[in-house]
Amino acid sequence: MIEINHISKSFGDKEVIKDISAVFEKGKPNLIIGASGTGKSVLLKCIVGLIKPDAGEVHYDNRDFGGGDRDMKTEIRREIGMLFQGGALFDSKTVEQNVMFPLNILTKMTYEEKIERVNFCLKRVSLENVNRKMPSEISGGMKKRVGIARAIVNNPKYLFCDEPNSGLDPQTSILIDDLIADLTEEFDTTTIVVTHDMNSVMGIGENIAFLYKGKKLWDGTNKDITHSGVKEVDDFVFANKVMNSLRES
Amino acid sequence: MLIKTIGHYFIFLGHLFVNRESFKTYYKLVLEECIQVGIGSIFLVVLVSTFMGAVTTVQTAYNLVSPLIPKYVISQVVREMTILELAPTIISVILAGKVGSSMAGGMGTMRITEQIDALEVMGINSVSYLVLPKIIASILMFPMLVIVAAICSLVGGYFVGTMTGIITPNDFIYGIRLVFQEFGVFFALIKAVVFAFLVSSISSYKGYYTTGGALEVGISSTQAVTSSVIAVLIADYLLAQLFLGGL
Repeated sequence: MIEINHISKSFGDKEVIKDISAVFEKGKPNLIIGASGTGKSVLLKCIVGLIKPDAGEVHYDNRDFGGGDRDMKTEIRREIGMLFQGGALFDSKTVEQNVMFPLNILTKMTYEEKIERVNFCLKRVSLENVNRKMPSEISGGMKKRVGIARAIVNNPKYLFCDEPNSGLDPQTSILIDDLIADLTEEFDTTTIVVTHDMNSVMGIGENIAFLYKGKKLWDGTNKDITHSGVKEVDDFVFANKVMNSLRES
Repeated sequence: MLIKTIGHYFIFLGHLFVNRESFKTYYKLVLEECIQVGIGSIFLVVLVSTFMGAVTTVQTAYNLVSPLIPKYVISQVVREMTILELAPTIISVILAGKVGSSMAGGMGTMRITEQIDALEVMGINSVSYLVLPKIIASILMFPMLVIVAAICSLVGGYFVGTMTGIITPNDFIYGIRLVFQEFGVFFALIKAVVFAFLVSSISSYKGYYTTGGALEVGISSTQAVTSSVIAVLIADYLLAQLFLGGL
């Protein structure tokens, strides 16, 4: 479980995150949603420690991430897997080397054990026979799946996904969403997904936090979101004409 | 602003030695960097230094108009210029352009494509993991490249001098060996080590803190070369004062 308390972050005069508190539960996908520029990615980066919040606390299973010593911070980070928006694969390494990278650095496994684990993770994300390919030789969807394989290869306790569907076609998006949901259940991780994709919201949104202009305006599940009673949430959910016509009908 | 940047640079250097990975990890990375810095630059170094020696020989001969000055002075001047200044400094300036821009560009691209963030999230000290091998490899390779440059420069001078009839082979060899001070080579190697550290650390620093997109990566590379060259020239003067000028 990840708990954030009163997180705030400003860049210069602009307050991007305003006093956000939330609890992200274990074993199910937790979604942070909202329109572009509402501070979703900044909040995610505050949670994983890539950006230092101006105020507030982040607790990973009751361990204070920001206030703890360097060793504890490193220990927590080594329990984290993260899928970045663009995949963030190392261009100079093959798919296999990319997925194996955390194992090389963080474990003392033998080469055979590492290869076995890498192949298991690649198979788990439905990628086979791409081990020797470079990131530049595979499609955007495949890059995302390699990114997921790299994120889960070291059995993380916490999984973070920043816009996992950006730039993907609807079918591949659903595939990635289902994969994230399945992996969360299978490995019992605390998963946080930042997205503005309504298919993701309706598909895997078991615990949703809606951000609006840097504030958390609403939280609930995908079953509640269509009748939240909050104008900003309705504007976001029913922005699409089809969704709007469905609501009206 | 300059003071702030220098302070930031020293804080960046401080991160090199904090929370490091195992030596085994660095060993492989250093070897990879050595290949890029050393092997990747050797052709350029040989080419530039050979012509540098050849041109220095011709120009020295052109300026020695008095018949009272013996011919072997030409190779003596070429030797001193090459070992003391041209090989370490000019080669380091050239390497700042080649290696420095490549380091800054590579780091900048890693930054804007979130590869550095990916390392940080894994609990890896990205400064130490990415920059330390570059600095160690540069410190190992620059002195070797400077030695290669000095040899090629003298060889270039020898061939041009003897083939054009400016100087006889015997005079050239005699001039090179006359009143030779080993300290000159030692001083050149000290300069190479200092310049290697400056070029690799400044270029990595500029690349590491790139923000924005492809355009900014290009700007970082340019800034890396400019800052490295300025630092090399300032260090060149300070080292000359310290070791040769009795500062």
